Amino acid sequence: MAETHSLQDMRQQATISSKVFIQRDYTRGTMCQFQTKLPAELEARIDKQQFEETVRTLNNLYAEAEKLGSQSFIEGCLACLTAYTVFLCMETHYEKVLKKIAKFIEEQNDKIYAPRGLLLTDPIKRGLRVIEVTIYEDPSLTR
Amino acid sequence: MTSCEYQQIDPRALSVSPLSAQSLPENKAQRPRRKWEVFPGKNRFFCNGRIMLSRQSGVLPLTLGLIVITCGLFFAFDCPFLVEHLTVFIPVIGGVLFVFVILALLRTSFTDPGILPRATPDEAADIEKQIDSSGSSSYRPPPRTKEILINQQVVKLKYCFTCKMFRPPRTSHCSLCDNCVERFDHHCPWVGNCVGKRNYRFFYSFIISLSFLTSFIFGCVITHLTLRCHAGKSLIQAIQEIELVICFFSVWSILGLSGFHTYLVASNLTTNEDIKGSWSSKRGAEDSGNPYTYNSIIKNCCATLCGPMPPSLIDRRGFVPPDEAAAAACASEIELPPFTAKNDSNMCTQSTKDVLERMLHSDFHVVCPASSLKTSPLGLEVSGSMGPARSPGVCPCRGHPESVDSLCTACGRSRKDSLHSINPAFRLASPSPSLPRANLAVSDTQEEGFIPLP
Repeated sequence: MAETHSLQDMRQQATISSKVFIQRDYTRGTMCQFQTKLPAELEARIDKQQFEETVRTLNNLYAEAEKLGSQSFIEGCLACLTAYTVFLCMETHYEKVLKKIAKFIEEQNDKIYAPRGLLLTDPIKRGLRVIEVTIYEDPSLTR
Repeated sequence: MTSCEYQQIDPRALSVSPLSAQSLPENKAQRPRRKWEVFPGKNRFFCNGRIMLSRQSGVLPLTLGLIVITCGLFFAFDCPFLVEHLTVFIPVIGGVLFVFVILALLRTSFTDPGILPRATPDEAADIEKQIDSSGSSSYRPPPRTKEILINQQVVKLKYCFTCKMFRPPRTSHCSLCDNCVERFDHHCPWVGNCVGKRNYRFFYSFIISLSFLTSFIFGCVITHLTLRCHAGKSLIQAIQEIELVICFFSVWSILGLSGFHTYLVASNLTTNEDIKGSWSSKRGAEDSGNPYTYNSIIKNCCATLCGPMPPSLIDRRGFVPPDEAAAAACASEIELPPFTAKNDSNMCTQSTKDVLERMLHSDFHVVCPASSLKTSPLGLEVSGSMGPARSPGVCPCRGHPESVDSLCTACGRSRKDSLHSINPAFRLASPSPSLPRANLAVSDTQEEGFIPLP
């Protein structure tokens, strides 16, 4: 029955049981990547593949934001030539991707995580240090 | 979702005048505060959080003064002469360089260098739990490091006791600004700010353009003096000599600095790493090299200077959720347990219910150094876990601010109903020092009359 709950329903009735933090993965350097391993606390709640898929997509999005491509190069050169005043009026490529990430997380929460009593917090709200997963207690289990 | 801001004071409670009149300091904060106002580091903010500077702004006014005065003298005394004798482009080039230097300097000084926000209490507790497997009760365990592999090379991550997290690679804690800064280069007193990931390119532009400017002025002044040598000593000549002296010393130091930083950029190093010799070959390990380098000068330069501009992680202009501000105030004025003894059972039940309701609503920070509070509809379960010997666990209720906030006002009533079953024993069993304060905080929302705690 929990699967039919929307995000709002879930939060109306559920209490926070605990929080799990997915730490950063630094094996490829200082790029923003998160560990894809499913933590033990979530094993009961969500499918491993599903979770890994979410984190992998997030990692790809962050990689896209930080990519040293021609777009970032042009942006950098343009900024340098205008003495960096261009950043005052233009949104950077990174910011655009961050918006995409925020939308992705909201979508994932709505479709996959909320029905299972979980909530992902956008890493940017935690300084890109962790992905905070809030575990809500299933109200049906507490009676 | 973000448009609905959670209000600390329940509108229903405002009609109960005797209680609202006794509202506590934290409840008076009706005006939502921006995050820069409660920023823990040693920084100064201007323009409502848009501009930031280190509190120790060092000699930034001196830097600005020197540049402006030298250029002023140049435009006033050299340019008329040189325009006459050489070309009109001299002041044009000088002007362009001057504007570029000033903009780069201001940009370096006023930009967030890449400050990492401090870990939330939940995160800190989680990290502590993972590390403190021995179960020791000391609050400050010995220095911790974590070893990770970056590009097949072992790198040690240090734990930052101030920010309560393991510092990412290349991050360092600046003691002057009391912040962890990503890709920390150095704290520059001339610029009055740390130089880190986000403002390194501005700093580099500043020193390069300043090198050009000082060399240009130096050259112009020499030319001027040479062309004027037949005129004999005069006031203008004296001024020229002052300019010459300033430029001479600046040129060498700035050129030297530019050269050094060009080397750093080309090898993808930071000043911090270079000074500490983190990746130098004399450390002994054969495979110890810079794991961050792309092994190509051009690629290193592009990565450092023309890479994507990372966003500021500290969200200066965001609003602090009111509960967080109140809870922070709560945590800083921890009331003693004697308050619990004064409550009668009626108050206990009511206040327990409300405390839990508050915790459920949104960001209610309860700082629990020794004990932890687990929200649960089962009072027995909670009271069982309240022993002071319990190691720091998860602190409750740091839910997603906006989304949870948006629901609270709509469904506050239904949550209250669901909490009626809470065992009042929960309240009495709890040794959490912040709970009495929480009682005081929720006193406004009491629907029935009760004796407010002094």
